[in-house]
Amino acid sequence: MSGFDKVVGSYEEAMAGLEDGMTIIAGGFGLCGIPENLINEIKHKGTRELTIVSNNCGVDGFGLGVLLEDRQIKKMVSSYVGENKLFEEQLLAGDLEVELTPQGTLAEKMRAGGAGIPAFYTATGYGTEVGKGKDVKEFNGRKYILEESITGDFAIVKAWKADRYGNLVFRHTAQNFNPMAATAGKITVVEVEEIVEPGELEPTQIHTPGIYVNRLIKGTFEKRIEQRTVREA
Amino acid sequence: MSLSREQLAMRVARELQDGYYVNLGIGIPTLVANYVPEGMEVMLQSENGLLGMGPFPTDDQVDADMINAGKQTVTAITGASIFSSAESFAMIRGGHVDLTVLGAFEVDVQGNIASYMIPGKLIKGMGGAMDLVAGADNIIVTMTHASKHGESKLLPQCTLPLTGAGCIKKVVTDLAYVEIADGKFWLKERAPGISVDEIVQKTAGELVVPEVVPEMEF
Repeated sequence: MSGFDKVVGSYEEAMAGLEDGMTIIAGGFGLCGIPENLINEIKHKGTRELTIVSNNCGVDGFGLGVLLEDRQIKKMVSSYVGENKLFEEQLLAGDLEVELTPQGTLAEKMRAGGAGIPAFYTATGYGTEVGKGKDVKEFNGRKYILEESITGDFAIVKAWKADRYGNLVFRHTAQNFNPMAATAGKITVVEVEEIVEPGELEPTQIHTPGIYVNRLIKGTFEKRIEQRTVREA
Repeated sequence: MSLSREQLAMRVARELQDGYYVNLGIGIPTLVANYVPEGMEVMLQSENGLLGMGPFPTDDQVDADMINAGKQTVTAITGASIFSSAESFAMIRGGHVDLTVLGAFEVDVQGNIASYMIPGKLIKGMGGAMDLVAGADNIIVTMTHASKHGESKLLPQCTLPLTGAGCIKKVVTDLAYVEIADGKFWLKERAPGISVDEIVQKTAGELVVPEVVPEMEF
């Protein structure tokens, strides 16, 4: 690496420095736009006691679900989980902690975390289990709860294309949580389908500027589909 | 006869207006898209980051990078836009979505809604439902009026963990269209052939019944 060139040579190098007990923020919605190879590298590395902030936790055998196999996850911060048997087992056995967070609040926690805003008020969750124990303030006659933002030791992100400087473009709804995750990691690692030279991406079309990206690697992706639904041609 | 799932969706679809941006939840709400009145344009918002959701793809159109909030493969209509989750929830939480339709297990006279925890089952999470009910002004809840065992789902007070407090004003059930105001349910319409007595009997929360309760027509 030199200058603004963020490209690293291997997945091992991409996840170097990840240690037991760290917090990882992961992009993706369901299995769409997940950093599948970076997740596999974490499995390979065997890092444990991880807190993972991600909307979902993959499925059995794919995505973040693979990190459950060797009990590498201590805690999940998610809006919707339990599409996998292993997850349910570990949760019921008390081996896994889950902090259920409304989806919009989760996105905003990452966005705010990356933008240097430590907390924000939101109406979401007021009067529910989510709001319990949180500071309440009234603005213009409506009650809001104080939610703290999130940053991670690492952020793992999947994008479509990048230039070597780490400017990112996402494809379709594989964007989802990835742009916010990219801003919220102390070390942000991005894997992409294609790396081009600086200048090849149209500057006005870049979703995530390279300033947020520390390491970049090109991967090959399975892109498993969770719910294949079709209509007659 | 109580309304079928399709009739429930048809009744909800009458609340649509031309130019509406609409978020439809999973289940019966999804069916509303099939009954958009002729000549009317609405745009469907899917909270994973798609405004202008189209039908399911044909086999050769399937794209793993193109899904809806139910994680199903979908298409986008002409004029659609795709964006991040933060942008998507800015639309929702900022009150920019004109109509939200979602299912529920219970609602009560205070406009509270419980919809994310299935009794006796593992809690999987609220997904975007708490944001949707907190952010939208115009929400329609669709559900059956009573459980299979005949227990009312329109209650004096919700018994399950809430998805949102004081946010529901309109409920379409298989028996009736009911509004919520001033700590009461207000009966507005009944399903074809359903008596007011049956609705009263299956509504546990205080229900205000007007002299005449019009019958829904299909």
